[in-house]
Amino acid sequence: MSRVDELLKQMIDVTENIGLVVSEKKRAGKKVVGVLPIYAPEELVHAAGMFPVGCWGGAADISMATKYLPPFACSIMQSVMEYAERGVYKDLDALLVSTPCDTLKAISQNLIYACPDQKIIILTYPQNNKMEAGVTFAKSEFAKVKAQLEAIAGTIISDQAINESIEIYNDHRRALMEFSEIIANNPGVISAVNRHYVIKSGFYMEKLEHTKLVRELSELLKEKTNNWTGKKIVFAGIMAEPNGLLEIFDEFQLAVVGDELAQESRQFRTLVPEGSDPLERLARQWQNREACSVILDSEKKRAKHIATLAKAKQADGVVFCQMKFCDPEEFDYPSIKKACEDAEIPLLHLEIDQLSDSAGQYRTRIQAFHELLGN
Amino acid sequence: MSERKISSKLLLQKQQLDYYLDLNKARYNGRKVAWASSIVPQEFMEVMNIAVAYPENHSAAIAARKGALPYIDQAEKMGYSSDICSYARINLAYAGMKTNEMPPLPKPDFVVCTNNICNVLIKWYESLAQHYKVPFFLIDVPFNHESCGINEETTTFNPVPQDRIDYVKAQFEEFIQFLEGICGKKFDYEKFNEVMAISNRTAKAWSKAMNYASMAPTPLDGFNMFNYMAMMVCLRGKKESAMLYELIAAEMEENIQEGKSQFPGEQKYRVMWDGIACWPYLKHNYTNMLKNGVVISGSTYPKAWEIVYEVGNMDELASIYAGIGNNRNLADQRDIRAAIQRSCQCDGVIYHMNRSCKVMDFMQPEMRRQISEITKTPFVSFDGDQSDPKNFSEAQFETRVDALVENMQGNKEGSV
Repeated sequence: MSRVDELLKQMIDVTENIGLVVSEKKRAGKKVVGVLPIYAPEELVHAAGMFPVGCWGGAADISMATKYLPPFACSIMQSVMEYAERGVYKDLDALLVSTPCDTLKAISQNLIYACPDQKIIILTYPQNNKMEAGVTFAKSEFAKVKAQLEAIAGTIISDQAINESIEIYNDHRRALMEFSEIIANNPGVISAVNRHYVIKSGFYMEKLEHTKLVRELSELLKEKTNNWTGKKIVFAGIMAEPNGLLEIFDEFQLAVVGDELAQESRQFRTLVPEGSDPLERLARQWQNREACSVILDSEKKRAKHIATLAKAKQADGVVFCQMKFCDPEEFDYPSIKKACEDAEIPLLHLEIDQLSDSAGQYRTRIQAFHELLGN
Repeated sequence: MSERKISSKLLLQKQQLDYYLDLNKARYNGRKVAWASSIVPQEFMEVMNIAVAYPENHSAAIAARKGALPYIDQAEKMGYSSDICSYARINLAYAGMKTNEMPPLPKPDFVVCTNNICNVLIKWYESLAQHYKVPFFLIDVPFNHESCGINEETTTFNPVPQDRIDYVKAQFEEFIQFLEGICGKKFDYEKFNEVMAISNRTAKAWSKAMNYASMAPTPLDGFNMFNYMAMMVCLRGKKESAMLYELIAAEMEENIQEGKSQFPGEQKYRVMWDGIACWPYLKHNYTNMLKNGVVISGSTYPKAWEIVYEVGNMDELASIYAGIGNNRNLADQRDIRAAIQRSCQCDGVIYHMNRSCKVMDFMQPEMRRQISEITKTPFVSFDGDQSDPKNFSEAQFETRVDALVENMQGNKEGSV
């Protein structure tokens, strides 16, 4: 097995065995906090000496989630409620939930009753993130989160510890940005499926360890020569899952050279700025975030951002992965469509449903898009 | 000779006509036009003499006239998913197409929303701002995930935490500057006090009038709240609307004295209606309930629009707008509903599973379960939509109401 394959295997293993990751952490005496999409001040969990684990839904047959949700809730949150009700989260000490959309507001509340043994820590980010009052408010919410995490950890979280965690997280973000860049410069050097594993596995590993693996992998990939003859695409949306979908892009030689997915680049593209007050630093990071469907975007910068990203990465097309029943994304689609038309970038709209394996339907659409892009 | 009196029904019609006429003359009278979400702090704009259009009200009116479908089709052509709130779809399509819809909404000079009912508004108004190429001001009121509790006696929510009040107040200041920039004149703080006083008078009159629904038997037909609400949305800062609600209250007093009610049938069962009206099927819903002797006595609307605060007290003003029911956590929303059901002596509850309103829908199943444990009141839920006629089945509604009636009847017989 090559070193690249070994590194990938480690990342795939944690992503496919999240339950095992959690139970090993618990056995080692660590407390574990589930972190729901899309944003959360994860550094505070880390600074408390606890292990944050991503809760991004997954495949599930929905039966018990119907106790809380009608069928038109997005599939990530259907899975989250199904898992909650089935006791998948029973080993977690707490769940950290932000409420940037209406669905997450409701989920934050339902989790209180579905997971009575877990502490549900909720925060609301200010939508007016550019205003100074927004920074003050974000700090206040972070302070409340910190106090609740301290109660669970049974320890005080020092400013120094948070600042150290911020450095670790920033370095992790840089490593993923570098990785993403290397893939963009060397299309096809890694499959769409594996690119996703590399990024997603960061939710299930200690960040220091993940950073190390990503850096080593990046170095190896940089060296690989790969004369790509296929086409290049960028992904937009909440997430590009399941694997069955990504495999079709590999099959048609469509290399992913960039993304603005909530689960991928939106997680690491904004560094926490310098400063001494750690909560202020985290609040300033929130202030700097933009071009996102769940943060006020009065000028619809996101649409332009996607078109610019596609141009910058010399992509042949944009694939908009519409999370089914995610209305913040649905509202953005017409403006994204227009921005891509204006920039003469072909756009494919795919409806993403974590719960259904509709690979057949995807294949036809992706094949048609592939033909549209020409050979 | 007896004094000639105008009925509240006619006055409401007249005020609605006047409102839209005034709105459409605004630009010719040198006034700026805003499009705003329903529970926006209108006080600031009233001070600046801005004419405010309310797209939610407009979409509801289109739907009630059974005119929604062409807009719904157009929204889809524009790329808006049918999953999106139908008020937003109708309005975005209205903005994007040539139409002779009456009454018309004049084009806005800016758009403003407060996300105290949902975050969908933010996305909707982003799209409007982009379409009209006008500025968008958001007054962001963060979701109140912390329990603040309720006052059982007044069935009102307690104030929201101070950090939220401070954040909203700071935005009020920015909003004033924004308006000064748009209008090119200074904000008149003296007039602000006057507008706040009028708005309070309106809110108190509204609350007093609507609370007659809680009496048993009720002199007020609870279904009328849906119509009466229009002026609370559009003209809270005007004394004319205070007069309307004062007139309704006076009519209710007369009804009580004469032993009459607006509800034309026998009041067999008193229910709480939870959620927005099903505008395209208002008549159907009403007829079906009337036939069964089901009268609405409880609703979250009377309290939602009871926007009462001490004049000049910015903390209270911020708290009331930030603390609207939809923006409260499940426990507080549950407790206020249980209190309403108690104070309005409800025999049952009808929950509207409104396809357009995820923020309500996704808390509803857990909330109704918990409420029924507290109140022991039977409930049904039906699938509908506030303005998309495609998301409703008359047969299902009728079956659900029948089931509720059976339950309520059983309870009544059991308690004899």
